[in-house]
Amino acid sequence: MPEPTKRKFRLSSFPLFLPLVVLLLLVAVNIVSGGFGYFAIELRNGVIYGPIPSVLYGAAELVIITIGMSLVNASSRGQDISVGVIGAVTSAVFAMVLREYLARSPGSAVSWGVVLAAFFISCLTGALLGAFNGTLVSVFKVQPMVATLILFTAGRSLAFLIDGKVSPNLQYPIIKQIGFSLPGIPIQTPILITIACIILFAVVFKLTNLKLYSQAVGINEEAARLNGINPVAVKLTSFIILGVCCSIAGFIAVSKSGRHDSVNILKFIELDAILAVALGGNALGGGKFSVKGAVIGAYTIEILNQTLLRLKVGGEAIKLMKALFIIILMVLASPVVQAYLTKLFTRRTAEETIVPTKEVL
Amino acid sequence: MPNDIVLEMRGICKAFPGVRALQDVDFTLRRGEIHALMGENGAGKSTLIKTLTGVYQKDSGQIDIEGRRTAFRSPHEAQANGVGTVYQEIMLCPNLSVAENMFIGREKGVFVSWREMNRRAGIILDGLSIPARPTQQLRSCSLAVQQMIAIARAVDMQCKILILDEPTSSLDEDEVQKLFALMRELKERGVGIIFVTHFLDQVYQVSDRITVLRNGELVGEYEAEKLPQVELVSKMMGKELGDVEKLKNLKEAAEDGGTPVFEAESLSSAAGVRPYDFHIQKGEVNGFTGLLGSGRSESVRAIFAADKVTGGNVRINGKRIRIRKPKDAMKRGIGYLPEDRKGDGLIADLSVRENIVLALQTMHGFFRPFSLKKARAFADEYIALLNIKTPSSDTPVHSLSGGNQQKVILARWLLIHPEYLILDEPTRGIDVGTKVEIQRLVLKLASEGVSVTFISSEIEEMLRTCSRLIVMRDRNIVGELSGEDMTQSKIMHTIAGEVTQNA
Repeated sequence: MPEPTKRKFRLSSFPLFLPLVVLLLLVAVNIVSGGFGYFAIELRNGVIYGPIPSVLYGAAELVIITIGMSLVNASSRGQDISVGVIGAVTSAVFAMVLREYLARSPGSAVSWGVVLAAFFISCLTGALLGAFNGTLVSVFKVQPMVATLILFTAGRSLAFLIDGKVSPNLQYPIIKQIGFSLPGIPIQTPILITIACIILFAVVFKLTNLKLYSQAVGINEEAARLNGINPVAVKLTSFIILGVCCSIAGFIAVSKSGRHDSVNILKFIELDAILAVALGGNALGGGKFSVKGAVIGAYTIEILNQTLLRLKVGGEAIKLMKALFIIILMVLASPVVQAYLTKLFTRRTAEETIVPTKEVL
Repeated sequence: MPNDIVLEMRGICKAFPGVRALQDVDFTLRRGEIHALMGENGAGKSTLIKTLTGVYQKDSGQIDIEGRRTAFRSPHEAQANGVGTVYQEIMLCPNLSVAENMFIGREKGVFVSWREMNRRAGIILDGLSIPARPTQQLRSCSLAVQQMIAIARAVDMQCKILILDEPTSSLDEDEVQKLFALMRELKERGVGIIFVTHFLDQVYQVSDRITVLRNGELVGEYEAEKLPQVELVSKMMGKELGDVEKLKNLKEAAEDGGTPVFEAESLSSAAGVRPYDFHIQKGEVNGFTGLLGSGRSESVRAIFAADKVTGGNVRINGKRIRIRKPKDAMKRGIGYLPEDRKGDGLIADLSVRENIVLALQTMHGFFRPFSLKKARAFADEYIALLNIKTPSSDTPVHSLSGGNQQKVILARWLLIHPEYLILDEPTRGIDVGTKVEIQRLVLKLASEGVSVTFISSEIEEMLRTCSRLIVMRDRNIVGELSGEDMTQSKIMHTIAGEVTQNA
């Protein structure tokens, strides 16, 4: 088969085009408004600080949840709106385990072993909650948004009950190290955890067929089944993975704040996660997806948030500005505009790209 | 007489990235003629139609309608100028009334006079003797009547040119005749009709003239009466017909005796298959035949566990096994090409490569993905083997033509090197050339020892490939034919014989 020597330039053939352009645009805005200080990095108490590290630090929870969300979105053609709530419940479980431990062995301090055990239990809880959502979606065929509405509604009350109807304090040195930085390591811990998660998923996608199966199920469930894929298992798995992602995010969030506030922890993060998936060029109707795009989308949202803060857009206006920005993005990303832009780009090269071959007809 | 010419297309060229779809194609349509546009899948029929109706813009060439140079920018504009198109899939709204369907999107202003609309619809329907009432819900009409209503809608707008793109593919013989009656009626009124179809017989029933395209180029324009069917086929394929004839001699009966490759005893499924017995020998090609809805597809789906299996024993090479889900069947070397290509077969948005490798990949295991290099090698091998026409193995499969999509699914199952391959309507909606290719492939597989069950609505095709036919009626097996008994009339009699017994 002869390879066509030249291909028509298409925006759609670069799925990361839009998210990257937006990201660069926001960076440009920052440079224009504040100069190249945007790239400045300084060491404070042996830890790096600056606008960019602060974005990486702030986006940790969102990025991790977004990875799971893009998987769920692909396989079950719908969104999980209970991600923030799951994080709230699992982090409540995390806090509870720590408190129980301290209550039962008075005089002892919170050790790494205890924290890891508590984290493990919270991940298990997240997996269970994900399995609950996943079962509703895959076995009982409830629409994802409706299925996850149940936890969305009940979850924060549940977290509040687990907390013992207070907002427990977690001001332990180890928690502080997790929320900010480990001694002797210049990069903040949440950034490290995010990087670990991204690498972990890259490895999982490399070593398994998770991506192929999720896409196949999302695009044509019946055909996937007839090719030996179990759609129920694939959807369930994606929800369980998302549940664990939420637990990690909850763990980071509670460590950052040093206090478990079941009402406000990871509030509205579900909307940002869905938006990040969409910004990454992924169809919210499921099917083909790019985790890379979604991750870039998540960082873009955090940059947007912090840019608006830097530009001193006041309080409530921030949300309005954010909404405006998103509308513009969505219109730019729509197929109509994409087709128009493609046309603009190709007009000049159209004539030379014809390959005279019958074999590809 | 030049005045007779209603449409003249000259030197039409159209290229897509990497593909020259039309090259210097001429097409002439006269008033009051039915002109068949023929060609294999990917020959450029649809592209030619779409450049005419403004879906695509031509790269060069000219289009004259009644002597006036035209270049429509949209199908809507074409329609307003008397070029009506009716597509293969009926693009109407089943939940609206017949009259609403005929006038939707054409109202002037915001207000609609329902009474006036129904009255005018009634006149048109009567005039074309279409058996439907204006107020009837479209859903309640048969497919053929719906198709006719789509035509009525197109014709009503002072139509000079009517394009029918594969209008008969979902109709049964009776309905086809009704549609042809309507086409002849329109022809009498002086409408020029472009008729795109795959069905050779139908072309000869109604067409005055035939234009053949091949690989985006014009082969020629012929008068239907003067072009024998055999020649038409060879012109479409661009090869001599000896190839088609040779098939018959290739077929050889599989030797009897020995352990069957696959054996089923009172197998039944949740899709409503009555318990049935079935077996197939190594290297045998057999087929299920019967009227639509007789349970042929359901029967083979039960073998693959595509529907939930509710009972029965299954043996493979004499060993009793249980097949509970498709993957069990796949592990035992069974492949199944489903009847509904789009719904059950293709993963439309994924690439040709991913579609080809899918079945083998799921058998290989979730934790053992093929490297991109390996997957590409697999895909390229079968793209070459089956002569799949695609720009590359990374192309999304939905952008291929129907026949090539079918080959992709075929490749998927060949790749697992099955012992037993079930092909349910592998040639539906596919051009003659590809059909013959697939038939030949089936016979070649059989000669290599693969057992094949072949289902087709075209009895001729089954007679040509199968050495044994299982005849079904009302979800029951009513007979089995092989050897000398395998004739069209015997099959009919077997199907009908039961009718008289039951009566």
